[in-house]
Amino acid sequence: MRNILIIGATSAIAEATARRFAATGARFYLVGRNTERLTAIARDLEIRSGQPVAYESLNLDQIDQHPALLGRANQALGGIDIVLIAHGTLPDQNACQQSVEKTLAVIHTNALSVISLATLLANDFETRRRGTLIAISSVAGDRGRQSNYIYGAAKGMVSLFLQGLRNRLNSKGVQIITVKPGFVDTPMTAAFEKKGLLWAQPDQIAQGIVAAVERGQDDVYLPWFWRWIMQVIQHIPERIFKQLSL
Amino acid sequence: MSAAVPAGWGRYPSSSPRQIRSCRNRQLLDLPDQSLSCLPFGNGRSYGDVCLNNNGALLLTRALDRFITFDPASGVLRAEAGVLLAEILALIVPQGWFLPVTPGTQFVTLGGAIANDVHGKNHHVAGSFGCHVRAFELRRSDGGCLLCTPEQNIEWFRATVGGLGLTGLIAWVEIQLQRIANPWIVAENRRFAHLDEFLTLDAEYEARYPYIVSWIDCAATGQALGRGIYMAGMHAPPGLLKPPPPERRALTVPFMPPISLVNRFSVGAFNRLYYHLPRPARGLTPYQPFFYPLDNLLEWNRLYGRQGFFQYQCVIPLTEAREALREILACIAASGQGSMLAVLKRFGDKTSGGLLSFPRPGITLALDFPNQDQSTLNLLERLDEVTRQAGGAVYPAKDARMSGDSFRCYFPQWAQFSRYRDPRFSSSFWRRVTKQK
Repeated sequence: MRNILIIGATSAIAEATARRFAATGARFYLVGRNTERLTAIARDLEIRSGQPVAYESLNLDQIDQHPALLGRANQALGGIDIVLIAHGTLPDQNACQQSVEKTLAVIHTNALSVISLATLLANDFETRRRGTLIAISSVAGDRGRQSNYIYGAAKGMVSLFLQGLRNRLNSKGVQIITVKPGFVDTPMTAAFEKKGLLWAQPDQIAQGIVAAVERGQDDVYLPWFWRWIMQVIQHIPERIFKQLSL
Repeated sequence: MSAAVPAGWGRYPSSSPRQIRSCRNRQLLDLPDQSLSCLPFGNGRSYGDVCLNNNGALLLTRALDRFITFDPASGVLRAEAGVLLAEILALIVPQGWFLPVTPGTQFVTLGGAIANDVHGKNHHVAGSFGCHVRAFELRRSDGGCLLCTPEQNIEWFRATVGGLGLTGLIAWVEIQLQRIANPWIVAENRRFAHLDEFLTLDAEYEARYPYIVSWIDCAATGQALGRGIYMAGMHAPPGLLKPPPPERRALTVPFMPPISLVNRFSVGAFNRLYYHLPRPARGLTPYQPFFYPLDNLLEWNRLYGRQGFFQYQCVIPLTEAREALREILACIAASGQGSMLAVLKRFGDKTSGGLLSFPRPGITLALDFPNQDQSTLNLLERLDEVTRQAGGAVYPAKDARMSGDSFRCYFPQWAQFSRYRDPRFSSSFWRRVTKQK
């Protein structure tokens, strides 16, 4: 029985992942914004896991609330084995590039609040010399593109931060997993036309996350083919890349 | 991998909805603007156009897939309408429960099971799915929300069970499960040489076995007309210590062949072989291959090629069954258009009361036909003539072509039903069968 904290539990990827963990036996502490949806997800996971599920609603932008949140989660679970950080927003790039305020809000939600939580959790895991921290980053964080660079910059910061954390905690028995999904068919991407082979369902991502925990992977692209797509994209010389409309 | 344009399982007719939206909150019915009619779409396992809404909007319900309550002591389960029967089975079978009624695929949603009032191999003892529904919540386009049970809002309950998704959106469903001791089925197989032998076998077996279905060789003619294999089963008794069977890996039909692989030659050869294949008279089998023989061949509808296929399922009252079925089988065999998948089963007397429910006492025959355009349509119209004359009915969930006259003859309560239809809801099927000439 693993004790799992899920932050951003109402996200489609988080819910699908929680169901897969529930099937193998897990106790959950869920955190999200929308109480109504959290309640429905908690009831569902209780039935799937056969265990009571605790949850609380919190706006994760309130970074000063993070230490108390983790205290409550730790107490409810009696120690956290796995944490999944899955909250985030997909902003309107055009609106953001006209507004410093909006740009900084995106960085705050998608990067700073994740870094705050990861710092606190990693330090806790380090003293206990155990624990698995999973955070959802994105392929968008691998290279800046005109269509999505503000979100991309936030996710790129998360990827880089986790890379350093992994290096620091490698000898301390703590596992850090960076998840980089491609296009996923979720409410967050509802505005997109979802056709073509590149789109994945949330459960495919969930399957990859659970497998990454079992196999001890570090940096996972989901589905797998994004690793090779991003290899190509990262290796295009900037002189050429800057001319592309990506 | 990606969310393709929703289609019926028979891939006929093709349809283009103007709008597709996903329902994600069971407490909210979020409809498109007034100009578009709406239709809930579950997992696309109904064959024809009851799940299609050409030029209208489809409300996808698969994202409504949460369990709400489950009492392992009483076997009462409440879940959102987009949950698949397969997901329910994965939860309940290890805890000693089973679906009260299940159709031949576990890939249908709870909402779809109600909207089509589906039936299974145990109809002769358990009735249809609707007989085991304790409650559901119906969301209407006027903002109304009706709790429907067999005692409360009865008229809405009866309109919605078998109501083809036209009375509003089913938000959640509560059903009563049945107890099982283990996931195994005791199954018995018997060959029958013709229809009369089927009827004799049925009289002998129906009281002893809750699950009965027969495969019938629709290519056989003359002396062999109506031959087939009778299959009966029951949940294995307690005390069986066999471990649960390992999960079998499903195969997928990887692509769509340009022409149907199901044709006169393949069907004749397959059926002869299948009929004569030696098989154990009695044995123990896991529940999956017994109830869902085709679920392990994903996307099997691709075998019929781009043209798609029709399914025809009729029920004929017992008194007329022998003559009418002989005539139907003779027509099919002479046309050379049938397929390997043909089944025969007796329906019992128990009904759910659904106004448009298909199951009624009699013998039901179901089979597939590769789409060969007009010649197939002519054959099916000929079968309809026999069914109408015998006082039978055809199953809307599997239909893509019955005439409005046939529909109104099979479902005389359609006018009463139409008073409960949500004014914003419609389907390609509904417009087709209610169109006035």
